[in-house]
Amino acid sequence: MLYFSRWKIYTIVAICVAGFIVMLPNFLGRETLASLPSWYAHSKVSLGLDLRGGSHLLLEVDMSAVIRDRVEGLVDGARQQLRTANVGYTAINAGDRAVTVQLRDPAQSEDAVKALRGLASPVGGGALGGGQPDVTVAASGNTVTVTLSEVALRDRATQAIEQSIEIVRRRIDETGVNEPTIARQGTDRILVQLPGVEDPDRVKRLLGTTAKMTFRLVDTNADASTGRAPPGSEILPSAEGERFQTNYVIRKKVEVDGATLKNASASTNSQSGEWVVNFEFNSAGANRFAEITRANVGRPFAIVLDNKVISAPVIREPITGGRGQISGNFSAATANDLSVLLRAGALPAPLKVIEERTVGPDLGADSIRAGLTAVAVGFVMVCVYMIASYGLFGSFACFALLINLVLTLAALSLLQATLTLPGIAGVLLSLGLAVDANILINERIREETKKGRGVFASMEAGFSRAYSTIVDSNLTTAIKMALLFIFGTGAIKGFAVTITFGILISMFTATVLVRLMMVTWLRRTRPAALPV
Amino acid sequence: MFHLRLVPDNTKIPFMNGRFAGLITSAFLSIASIILFFHPGLNYGIDFQGGIVIEARTPQAADFVSLRHSLGGLGMGQVALQEFGSPQDVLIRLERQPGDDAAQQVAADKVRATLAETLPGTQVRRVEAVGASVSAELFANGMLAMGLAMVAMLLYIWFRFEWQFGLGAVVTLLLDITKIIGFYAVTGMQFNLTAIAAILTIMGYSINDKVVVYDRMRENLRIYKKMPLRDLIDLSINETLNRTLGTSMCTFLSVIPLALIGGEALQDFGIVLLLGVFIATTSSIFIAAPILLFLGENRLRRGTPEAAGPGNPATTP
Repeated sequence: MLYFSRWKIYTIVAICVAGFIVMLPNFLGRETLASLPSWYAHSKVSLGLDLRGGSHLLLEVDMSAVIRDRVEGLVDGARQQLRTANVGYTAINAGDRAVTVQLRDPAQSEDAVKALRGLASPVGGGALGGGQPDVTVAASGNTVTVTLSEVALRDRATQAIEQSIEIVRRRIDETGVNEPTIARQGTDRILVQLPGVEDPDRVKRLLGTTAKMTFRLVDTNADASTGRAPPGSEILPSAEGERFQTNYVIRKKVEVDGATLKNASASTNSQSGEWVVNFEFNSAGANRFAEITRANVGRPFAIVLDNKVISAPVIREPITGGRGQISGNFSAATANDLSVLLRAGALPAPLKVIEERTVGPDLGADSIRAGLTAVAVGFVMVCVYMIASYGLFGSFACFALLINLVLTLAALSLLQATLTLPGIAGVLLSLGLAVDANILINERIREETKKGRGVFASMEAGFSRAYSTIVDSNLTTAIKMALLFIFGTGAIKGFAVTITFGILISMFTATVLVRLMMVTWLRRTRPAALPV
Repeated sequence: MFHLRLVPDNTKIPFMNGRFAGLITSAFLSIASIILFFHPGLNYGIDFQGGIVIEARTPQAADFVSLRHSLGGLGMGQVALQEFGSPQDVLIRLERQPGDDAAQQVAADKVRATLAETLPGTQVRRVEAVGASVSAELFANGMLAMGLAMVAMLLYIWFRFEWQFGLGAVVTLLLDITKIIGFYAVTGMQFNLTAIAAILTIMGYSINDKVVVYDRMRENLRIYKKMPLRDLIDLSINETLNRTLGTSMCTFLSVIPLALIGGEALQDFGIVLLLGVFIATTSSIFIAAPILLFLGENRLRRGTPEAAGPGNPATTP
């Protein structure tokens, strides 16, 4: 245990030097960093939102709305299929995840089943096709039930969340936030981290809007004040807030879908000076829009956003250029937001913010300062104790502790791990735990010396006997921290990370490095007794 | 050359004489803690209960009366205001708002707006708003982590030592943790994710400490084959006493700055860790060792490799 081959010594020294070089950019000023090659300048610990300031939002996709949408689609589909197959029915009802059809004539149930099977589309198949039908059709008496399969539900959910993430990303990119993190969490959640965002109000508003835009005709034959809409129409409120609320009777049929929009931008109207949103269709949308406006000149045409009527202007002439303008009491901010939403596209389902954690940049800076001070104070106190207790060997342990800090920082920088406030607490705690190994070794050497062994024999025995204890005690801590990392969330994970690094690295610094120092000292001075 | 020693060398303190006193005191404290856990119960933080916490810095010393008045007028249930650090720093806590997860967000925005109105120039430094479904999950995960940690410890020690050691360590751990939870109940400190991290850390530390003492006992069991278990345990504790106290001291020293200047988030964490280090150190001596003495009085020697040769299987008749 006391012999170090030459290459071993070089390796140990090289690891320490490499660690120092890797963690150095953390302490360099901006100008110095700019003059360094970028691969090196980027070797920095990334700070968590609680240290650099920013907003953490957890969003939940409303999966019940996704499934409700699909069931409603099935109802429409069933109606059409039955009509083409000439099957009479008395009612079609939408359930939780199934559609039930009451047939007029039970004898037609076989035809009905055959027709409704046409609703199925395969899901879950690979690139070579295959997969299973997404609905099952069953008949009993004069009732036929179309049920969405488990696979279909899962497939829908996956699709919905993937689409949502894409839309969320586009919307956030529009707001100009630097380095946002957008990640899927679990089956129906999206984690959004926005560094530097102090008031996430606007982002929350943008993400909280589904932005499903449709162009539909106003039902001019019905009166909204009666409160009842004729079949095929529905009553929708205007978007102008509660005080000026007016209701419209709007046809359910979507004439042009917002998904066919190509571009949107906010500007002021040159005549009235009010804020408007200009939009532009893609070619399919433009054709459809021209067709509709040509056929309905003189009639009001409603622009509906998330089931609210933004405006319902009367069509004066056919609009063939594929461009249009929405006006509706916008302010600069709301016009801008709407154009962002239209550009980014609609969410497949509503999103809810279910968790927000925002830290201002000042508080973050304060936390960093407090954390660094705490680490410095803790380090000094531990060192004073170690040197007071073990003299020279104590100072070896302190040097090893310093290298431990350097290597921990280097590991964090290298692995691009995130340092959080609890992470700093982990660094502090691992200071105390790391010297445990040195205390064990020193106490052991002391005992062996007292038993009357010689200098080298005591050292040899001290290290080898203490080693299994050190491994045992560090492994138990590592198990704990692994669990904390798996089940913990957010900032707490950072605690597990730093403490694990601290402990693993201490296996190197507190034993190998300290042993090298002790042995070198021993060979140089050849003392008659050990200073423990 | 002078060296600091926390206890003199060659101590021969008969710790096992105090085994009943230690166990009874510990059991009493743990039972009291369990009672406190049910009544008055823990002060769950927003991580586990949902709700809103806002940290604000006002331009002048905060005017609590008007703040309480304007926030209380929002009709959002009980609003707890707390000064911390400086008179300008206010911590506002709101209980979970009725309604779904999104209701928390609405309420948080309302408080933000009210703050800007009542005390212009107020800086909102931190906002946390957690809904019920998230908090329920965080709680379940936290408990799961603690339970798994306990099982993992038991398995690890069982694997490395004889079963008496594993059982002794886990019973001691349970006693340690109940006391920490009792401390949370008595002080009314927020029980949140950080508390789980603190408890897991203390568990790790406590096991760490037990492993060192147990290691020495196992070693001595091989060396002194004739020594009564009681004397052997005392000897092992005394031999490792300087190390046990030294490591506790170092951990203590490294955590003290956290308890003093850790800020709102880490101060509680630091204080609980300090207590935990104390509990873990004393329980190694006064709880884990006596339990081992009771469990292993007649059996433990048989389990050592020397005694159990190939022709003499280590089965208890």
